[in-house]
Amino acid sequence: MSNPYAKLPAWAEYGLIPLINLVVAFLVAGLVVLLVGENPLKAAYHMINGAFGRGEYIGFTLYYATTFIFTGLSVAVAFHAGLFNIGSEGQAYIGGIGVALACLWLDKTMPWFIVFPVAMFGSILFGALWAFLPGWLQAKRGSHIVITTIMFNFIASSLMVYLLTRVLKPLGSMAPQTRTFAEGGQLPKLDWLLSIFGLDIGNAPFNISFLLAILAAFGVWVLIWRTKLGYEMRTMGHSPSAARYAGISEPRITIVVMMISGGLAGMMALNPIMGEQFRMQLDFVQGAGFVGIAVALMGRSHPAGIIPAAILFGMLYQGGAEIAFEMPAISRDMIVIIQGLVILFAGALENMFRPAIGRGFASFGQRFPVAAQRGA
Amino acid sequence: MNDIAIELRGIDKSFGLVHANRNINLTVRKGTIHGIIGENGAGKSTLMSILYGFYQADKGEIVVDGKVVTIKDPNAAIASGIGMVHQHFMLVENFTVLENVMLGAEDSQILNTSIAKARVELKRLEKEYALEVDPDALIEELPVGLQQRVEILKALYRRADILILDEPTGVLTPAEADHLFRILGQLKDQGKTIILITHKLREIMAITDEVSVMRRGEMVATRPTAETSVEELAELMVGRRVLLRVDKGEANPGPVKFSVKNLTVRDARGVTMVDNVSFDIRAGEIVGIAGVAGNGQSELLEAISGIRKAVSGSVDLNGTPIDMTGNADPRDLRNRGLAHVPEDRHHVGLVLKFEESENAILGYHHDKRYLNGVFLNIDAIRADAEEKIQKYDIRPPNARLRTANFSGGNQQKIVLAREMERGPDVLIIGQPTRGVDVGAIEFIHKRIIEMRDQGKAVLLVSVELDEIRALSDRILVMFAGRIVGEREPDATEGELGLLMAGVEGRKEAAE
Ligand SMILES: Nc1ncnc2c1ncn2[C@@H]1O[C@H](COP(=O)(O)OP(=O)(O)OP(=O)(O)O)[C@@H](O)[C@H]1O
Ligand SMILES: [Mg+2]
Repeated sequence: MSNPYAKLPAWAEYGLIPLINLVVAFLVAGLVVLLVGENPLKAAYHMINGAFGRGEYIGFTLYYATTFIFTGLSVAVAFHAGLFNIGSEGQAYIGGIGVALACLWLDKTMPWFIVFPVAMFGSILFGALWAFLPGWLQAKRGSHIVITTIMFNFIASSLMVYLLTRVLKPLGSMAPQTRTFAEGGQLPKLDWLLSIFGLDIGNAPFNISFLLAILAAFGVWVLIWRTKLGYEMRTMGHSPSAARYAGISEPRITIVVMMISGGLAGMMALNPIMGEQFRMQLDFVQGAGFVGIAVALMGRSHPAGIIPAAILFGMLYQGGAEIAFEMPAISRDMIVIIQGLVILFAGALENMFRPAIGRGFASFGQRFPVAAQRGA
Repeated sequence: MNDIAIELRGIDKSFGLVHANRNINLTVRKGTIHGIIGENGAGKSTLMSILYGFYQADKGEIVVDGKVVTIKDPNAAIASGIGMVHQHFMLVENFTVLENVMLGAEDSQILNTSIAKARVELKRLEKEYALEVDPDALIEELPVGLQQRVEILKALYRRADILILDEPTGVLTPAEADHLFRILGQLKDQGKTIILITHKLREIMAITDEVSVMRRGEMVATRPTAETSVEELAELMVGRRVLLRVDKGEANPGPVKFSVKNLTVRDARGVTMVDNVSFDIRAGEIVGIAGVAGNGQSELLEAISGIRKAVSGSVDLNGTPIDMTGNADPRDLRNRGLAHVPEDRHHVGLVLKFEESENAILGYHHDKRYLNGVFLNIDAIRADAEEKIQKYDIRPPNARLRTANFSGGNQQKIVLAREMERGPDVLIIGQPTRGVDVGAIEFIHKRIIEMRDQGKAVLLVSVELDEIRALSDRILVMFAGRIVGEREPDATEGELGLLMAGVEGRKEAAE
């Protein structure tokens, strides 16, 4: 009885429950749309069509998804060690410095496939360093990570304003951004990937950092479930007292995990900076770090769940922009409400329907014991 | 009038492939105390959870007071007059006794009037059943024995006529257990029906009227207690004769392997829990620490295994002095040959959410044979776990099952297998048989003695005085953080009892 809820088969746990949560979130969102006097079915149509209706739209959806995979993984890695890293936002922002420096240094002399790994290294380094500080403060000084990472988000934001208005801005320019990178600082698009499915990428900035994100997801899976460090992280995440008993050093794990988490967040910067804008702009993260929290929650902190969750949020972003464009009565803020509802039902209220589903399974099991047993 | 309180007919329950209850029939007579015993994992808790509405049976009927009822959740159980006292209490720590008792049973929307009513009712119950507790005391400030009393009051407050207690004495001191039994006797005299699950056959013999035995999911026998014996019950449970005495030869102590020197430990509030304690353990010797729970034994174990910082003191392990005031590292101690079976297997010795095989390497996960470089060698880890499952007869034999789904006794075997199979030089064991069935106790005791006979130094801490006396070669008695005396294992229970109560010790220390 350590688990208050009956155990469900895996497909229900990881498929059915998130699906039901999602459907309910959309139903409630539909009510909100009704409330402002618009047709929810029309909104749903624009949402789906805007996210998947054309090759170009799909490209945009996956472009956003790429960003959310990185930040989702960042939050998830920390979750596994029992740490709540709210600082992915700031770490991604600072990670951008690494990307920008690599590009500014090499873009005119080197091809993208040389610049890309250097920029990746830079993004990891800067993101990890930004996460190291809160990690160190918690490990050595006991300052809670939830508080410090929030504060570090603000510090990162001010620091970037300074850097982009004073240091990294080209002379004579009025915009708070770096110069535009030459060819070497621009990532190739994944048009060939979409064309396999007969889709045309159009203007969408869907680029090869998506493949890096998939690779990172696999890497995180290996880290968590197949390495000694991952084992130590999970022990600490589930039971700090058992970790102490096992001789696992809490300060060490805290610092290392925060750096890995920060590095993953930092990698997110590759996607907008080298994949879309070809320069570093103010506020290029645009809340992706916070979306990462929702993505990690919804994806159960498992890479195989984070990827679909990131695509879902990519769809909300891209499709949501389309709704706002097609249906002027529904503003951008409404889209944020819908996203909030998804987070609410998928994250905070994820157990709401579980008891009912568990009971459903129990009575199903009574009527069809053999089938239920095999399912379990 | 019908004199049957509860009848279970053909109850069947499976968890996936584990068939926890098979076609169980059970009749419990009104106004009796009915014992249920069985090996770890026999399905006792599952059966009671079905009766209390935590789980639904796959098949079968529950008859309460002659009527077939469906119990779909604990509320339905309470409505049928069934109350349960859980092994792990379900109380709100920072609520008062009164608030806990009425929680969820408030009979008016206006809290003030229901508090006043509840207070009157609680007073009445306390009088009627001699269950005194201060209604305004905070739960977290009460000792376990009293917390348990609150659980009983909670059930009575909800007008339970049938009370289920699942291993109620596991956490109690002997005196608290005696008191509980007096209360249960009184409840019975007032016409309540009690179902008692326990692993302690002595308790069964002392207070039950009838006893039912479960084995591997089946109900194998029901006997009037007066017509059975401890030996017969043990045999019915395990399916073979069980050695209830510990069979051990002469000790052959060698040189000192482990010594504790001037150890002082304070708890988080700064209260001294271990006060300048020193002792030695030789190779091939079992030293038992007897004492009433809460006299510093737990803190002593935690300090010498490196989990808790000491204020002062050191240990000598295999001839190496180790300072205990700094960051004595459990990993370092393990490498030097110290193994530790912690008292609290749920929070310290195991990670309940891990697979069995993952727990089988906890603390030893640096060992090269479980690793390929920085990667876990999953095959080696599982193979190793399978081997230990075989050797220690851990059931169900599934290294990939979540540890939380093993029964208590089997969880304990997982920890013991991990710590003993390493062949450590020094073995520290806290409460080795808490919540463990007689068959497993026999097995665990045999292993501990085997360790001794292989020349290991063993430190044993247990609140079970019988266990300490049966296994130890020397007994140290702890009271209020000090070692107040040393006795041979043939010292009488009375003599040790006086020391444990701090009566004799003071004299001895003064001399
Ligand atoms: N929720 C669950 N999921 C899967 N298996 C379970 C679950 N609960 C119990 N089991 C299994 O059912 C069997 C019976 O367990 P139960 O807890 O009823 O035993 P028990 O007789 O109370 O044992 P103990 O004396 O150790 O408390 C065990 O094999 C256990 O592993
Ligand atoms: Mg049990």
